[in-house]
Amino acid sequence: MSVFINSWFNDQILKMDWLSELIKLLVEKVFKLSVEDKVGAGVHFFIYDTIKIIILLSIMIFMISYIRSYFPPEKTKVMLEKVKGIRGNILGALLGVVTPFCSCSSVPIFIGFVSSGVNLGATFSFLIASPIINEAAFILLLSKFGWKVTLIYVIAGLLIGIIGGYIIDKFHLEKYVESFVYDIDAKETIVPDMSQKQRFHFASTETKSIFKRVYLWILIGIGIGAFMHGWLPDDYLVKVAGPENPLAVIIATIMAVPLYSNALSTLPLAEVLVDKGMAIGTSMSFVMATTALSLPEMMLLRRVIKSKLIWIFIVITTIGIIFMGYLFNVLELYNLI
Amino acid sequence: MIIKILGSGCANCKKLEENAKKAVAELGIEANFEKVTDYKDIVSYGVMRTPALVVDEVLKASGSVLSVEDIKKYL
Repeated sequence: MSVFINSWFNDQILKMDWLSELIKLLVEKVFKLSVEDKVGAGVHFFIYDTIKIIILLSIMIFMISYIRSYFPPEKTKVMLEKVKGIRGNILGALLGVVTPFCSCSSVPIFIGFVSSGVNLGATFSFLIASPIINEAAFILLLSKFGWKVTLIYVIAGLLIGIIGGYIIDKFHLEKYVESFVYDIDAKETIVPDMSQKQRFHFASTETKSIFKRVYLWILIGIGIGAFMHGWLPDDYLVKVAGPENPLAVIIATIMAVPLYSNALSTLPLAEVLVDKGMAIGTSMSFVMATTALSLPEMMLLRRVIKSKLIWIFIVITTIGIIFMGYLFNVLELYNLI
Repeated sequence: MIIKILGSGCANCKKLEENAKKAVAELGIEANFEKVTDYKDIVSYGVMRTPALVVDEVLKASGSVLSVEDIKKYL
């Protein structure tokens, strides 16, 4: 019974199979195209995916933002000040997931944390995990690959953050932080408690702003995905990036890092790529690498951290993502996901 | 009245400044605007999320682009 409910939830709520059927009717009866056909399949994918993503993003970003209203960075900082060692890394990574901030705030957050005594390793656990486990990516994953893959994705992202921060902590890299950061006397701010009405207001403005920021990229991604549905030859992709190629994960990750700006458009692509025979881990690495390392954020962080530490940050995150890709591929190989 | 907009100069900061100027104009009050872009100064107000609004050295809000109506309440 629970298996039945589980798969019903995955198929009807997350993947919205009912919507797929509905759009199939539209494509066949109104547009007079067959979904078996290249054009028909592309049109079906585009309309179905767009509607599905709009629905999921609006509902779930609202819910996530509501939860996040309880974790402003100022509160996060106070929580992190108290813990030391690996526990700081774990808490840092976890808070990185739930604390909302846009990349233009990463520098004040970094200064705020470090200057008030939060351990550098914990700060990095926070900074690494936060963009990897991105809310929109989370939602798209859930709708395309189901909860199991999404859960492993979240756990892998957390581990990359925890281990990355731990390494930075162990190697005592404080000397690569611009010295002025430690001289700043950051004033404590008291964050006023929000009323329920304010939390709803926060959640709805967050939803609107995230939506505005990502919708174009997602549409572009769905568009390319729709096109690939019909025209990308399956056997070619399987050969280049299929489970048989041991280097595929590394290639996908390195290719994705400079694609940073349109991170979210890669998820609709990932679904098509997996359909066409790419291993799940390879496509996950691709998706994670596009969201995890953003060039503008690196350039901003350069004002407070010396280049060497930025490179360490990039290398650790990249290796983590590659490792995660292989982990997924092995799990897929043994039919565990 | 001195109104400071704290932020690195991203799109959100510009929007907040625009809204603040509108609010001032609609209320018909006198105000001088200052942009604070240096991170040292930003953090010295206890701000971790930009853009932030400071009115006469008092931090009013941070981390969101306030609407014209919201800003009016703080002036």
